[in-house]
Amino acid sequence: MRSSVRSEMRQGESVVKDVAGTSPQTRQQVIDTYFMEHRAKLIDIAAYLDRIDRGQGSPTSDFRDDAFKRALAILTDGTPHRAKRILDLFSDHTQELPQSAEGMKGAAGAAVPAKGGDA
Amino acid sequence: MRYIDPHIHMVSRTTDDYQRMAQAGCIAITEPAFWAGFDRSSAQGFFDYFRQLTEYEPKRAAQFGIQHFTWLCINPKEADDPGFAREVVSLIPEFLDKGNVLGIGEIGLNKNTRNELIILEEQIALAEKHNQLVLVHTPHLEDKLKGTRLIMDALAASSIDPGRILIDHVEEHTVEEVLDRGFWAGMTLYPDTKVTPQRAADIIEMYGNERIWMNSAGDWGCSDPLAVPKARLEMRRRGHSATMVDKVTLDNPRTFLSQSPRFEIS
Repeated sequence: MRSSVRSEMRQGESVVKDVAGTSPQTRQQVIDTYFMEHRAKLIDIAAYLDRIDRGQGSPTSDFRDDAFKRALAILTDGTPHRAKRILDLFSDHTQELPQSAEGMKGAAGAAVPAKGGDA
Repeated sequence: MRYIDPHIHMVSRTTDDYQRMAQAGCIAITEPAFWAGFDRSSAQGFFDYFRQLTEYEPKRAAQFGIQHFTWLCINPKEADDPGFAREVVSLIPEFLDKGNVLGIGEIGLNKNTRNELIILEEQIALAEKHNQLVLVHTPHLEDKLKGTRLIMDALAASSIDPGRILIDHVEEHTVEEVLDRGFWAGMTLYPDTKVTPQRAADIIEMYGNERIWMNSAGDWGCSDPLAVPKARLEMRRRGHSATMVDKVTLDNPRTFLSQSPRFEIS
């Protein structure tokens, strides 16, 4: 099956695989199969954003929220590999290695801009 | 329907889970050594854990006709103290001759620190010295991309054939590089983090079905020990053939794991 993956194409500076036509379903079948499931997820996102707006206090600046809103723009840019590009956006792109993980065992889900996130 | 769950932490699951997995067609599991959700206070805690993985857990699995195999290591979350980690690593060789041990794992990185990297390199050397297969944990969320590349560089500096190394928890932004560098790739099916059954099927469609498997990595957190059979159903729902589904959930794990002489499905 790997051989069925199309040749590479350029997108901006990075080289990405052309994966058009790799789904076993037609576009209509994908919509028929998954529309309801993803309609629900979309409304969940809308309600989450509403919930932030309804929160008490003044508007807040949070690096995770900033990254989330930039990720939303990727959803509607009409370009493939949205999942990969959103994961890239949330990733730490620094080269430095701290000596120890003391006090930072967990992960936040998005990189702090000063530490490598997409500001 | 038969499948292998090649990465699940059964010490954290109930016996009911073994029963449900057997009913769903699970014939074998492999259980990497991992973090218990808290840091153990002594190397003796790991000694007892390694005994649980090599002596007790295979018997519990066998009650339901499931073969149990395991991997040993100190996991990256507890590897940030090199002195402590070395004490644990020194315990591993005496367990490598146990009948269900397939190799060293799940080693890797957590927060991509120098201390973690030192212990990763020392455990790679251990696998090299004892000619063991390697199962790799890649970091979570924002740390995954950077950590996966650091890990692959450390592995490439060893003499271990990439075909004897599986790099787990790949997602859309890491899978292509892992496969292109000759390693096997594992996809972990988690409800909130890592990939869903739908995304696992997408990745197979985009990047192919060679040198790739899927697992539940069921543990003490939010996870699903039946994630692999659910992913099988997802693939069938899209129209993938039974042969294709068997390849990624049975044949591929068997091919990789059979590189260990201890892995034999009865």
